[in-house]
Amino acid sequence: MTQNISEHTVKPESPWKEAWKMFLRNKAAAVGLTVLITILLITALGPTLYGVDAYSMVAAPFTPPGADSNVILGTDFLGRDIAAGLIVGGRATLLVGGAAALITVIIGVLVGATAGFFGGNVDEILMRVTEFFQVLPALLFAMVLIALFSPSLLTITFAIGVVAWPQTARLTRAEFLKIKQLEYVTAARSIASTNGRIMWLVILPNALPPLIVSATLVVGVAILFEAGLSFLGMGDPNVMSWGLMIGANRPYILDAWWTVTFPGMCIFLTVLSVSLIGDGLNDAFNPKLRER
Amino acid sequence: MNFLLIIARRTFYAASLVLAVVVLNFLLIHLAPGDPAEVLAGEMGGATEEMLREIRAAYGLDKPLASQLVIYLKNVLLGDLGQSFYYNRPVADLILGRLGPTILLVLSALVLSVCVGTFLGVLASRKPDGFISALITILSLVGYSAPVFWTGIMLIIFFAWLIPIFPTSGMATFGATGGVLAQILDILHHLVLPALSLAFIYVAQYSRITRASMLEVLSADYIRTARAKGLPEKIVIYKHALRNALLPVLTLAGLQTGNLISGAVLVETVFNWPGLGTLAFDSILARDYPTVLGLLLISSVVVVFVNLLTDLCYRLADPRIKTSH
Repeated sequence: MTQNISEHTVKPESPWKEAWKMFLRNKAAAVGLTVLITILLITALGPTLYGVDAYSMVAAPFTPPGADSNVILGTDFLGRDIAAGLIVGGRATLLVGGAAALITVIIGVLVGATAGFFGGNVDEILMRVTEFFQVLPALLFAMVLIALFSPSLLTITFAIGVVAWPQTARLTRAEFLKIKQLEYVTAARSIASTNGRIMWLVILPNALPPLIVSATLVVGVAILFEAGLSFLGMGDPNVMSWGLMIGANRPYILDAWWTVTFPGMCIFLTVLSVSLIGDGLNDAFNPKLRER
Repeated sequence: MNFLLIIARRTFYAASLVLAVVVLNFLLIHLAPGDPAEVLAGEMGGATEEMLREIRAAYGLDKPLASQLVIYLKNVLLGDLGQSFYYNRPVADLILGRLGPTILLVLSALVLSVCVGTFLGVLASRKPDGFISALITILSLVGYSAPVFWTGIMLIIFFAWLIPIFPTSGMATFGATGGVLAQILDILHHLVLPALSLAFIYVAQYSRITRASMLEVLSADYIRTARAKGLPEKIVIYKHALRNALLPVLTLAGLQTGNLISGAVLVETVFNWPGLGTLAFDSILARDYPTVLGLLLISSVVVVFVNLLTDLCYRLADPRIKTSH
């Protein structure tokens, strides 16, 4: 009898579980997630499984794809295996993209939360700083930073983080401005919670859904940024990356299309899957769209 | 508030932003590791202590940083951006010489993306679940995800190699002769692929925003009134609805200027387009600091100016916010 009752009670679902279900209902987002996980697995495990050195000559330069069964995707101008390059190159691109996105989000949330929470002069000053960084031509400034402080993965990561945060800051500020007027924040104040506690434990968790969606898009932007910088030769010249492969093979595009097409496709697929995931998260977190 | 007063205030504010950009970059470049004098001496080959001293004196690098900054700012106000280390020419001349091609490229990309984007957006808003709406969604995903330099390279492979109908690089055929008309046509022929690759990302963005904005406007009362009056659908759509739906497009166009400049650097590099982007690339690699500073100055001026212009257009276009803060 008791068993029967428990069978019929509706268990309240955790909001995260519900969001996950909503996310999976978006087919494109599910595909995006699968593709991204596959790419991550290949770049993480690939070098041990594939076993071809991406930096050494393995066949004649400009071997087209399919001509030599040892190098399925062909070779570049130095006779290096493109497939091996893609596997190893993904590491730098994804690592820098991910880390830069993290820095972007941290700076953006810190600035935006402080501005939105304290308001007044603090808000005024921080928003002026934000505007200043929006006026600065992002790519040029990042290039200057890298040229000044030696091209390494770390410099690139920081350069992207420094130029990309203003949008996250604006979004965070808007969310904080909206949420800090709500009753549960007043309630937290009334029991003498500290400002820090209210900011990070009361407001931030409630501001997370739109921030997570935007952070996903920031990952895409950071990956594109890294690709652009390495394409221009502003990356670490000793570390293979997708952008660097395109940049290095650029003089030979009319002789060997495959050398630039495949790395570009990898960037494209990665950013595409990231933005599909962003779309899915938007559906999952936006209650207005749940009915559809 | 008075309209003119707003313009004056905004202009003052914009100028202070540009000043901040110049000061920050000046300090950054001069405080960073690496001595410009050594870079210069390296260009000339070899660096004795005496040579370094001479170079520092010639370029004013021996003065205290603060006075260097004051001198630089004074000169900038007089239109003198200094002397390029690498090209050994006045930076202002260098930039002016490269400004035209970049403006041509960026403006054509902007016009192309706004026109095509708006048109597609209007079509899509007529059938919110139709074919064009789906096409726009796919286009915007692809446009967002494809790196702009790769799009350019793919266009070269398709339209300059597979089907060779467009030139691969440069802005004009080398050593081409002919009348003015032939030269203009030649430049336009070279412009097609770079402008297309730069515009590609934005077409989808403009169409998306137009579609959303049109859908909102089309449900407004005055549209129902216009239809009730028996006006032809074309006039309702293009005259009554579109005019009101264009404001967000204007905002987006203003906000995108900075991104367009970044995109232009990449696209110019791909197509060897002789504009500011390739100049920036070359001068950053050569550590030609006066030129780099000049380029940062000019691009932030452009961004600030366009933002100002957008703001003013917005106020003129929408009387409701004409005099608000």
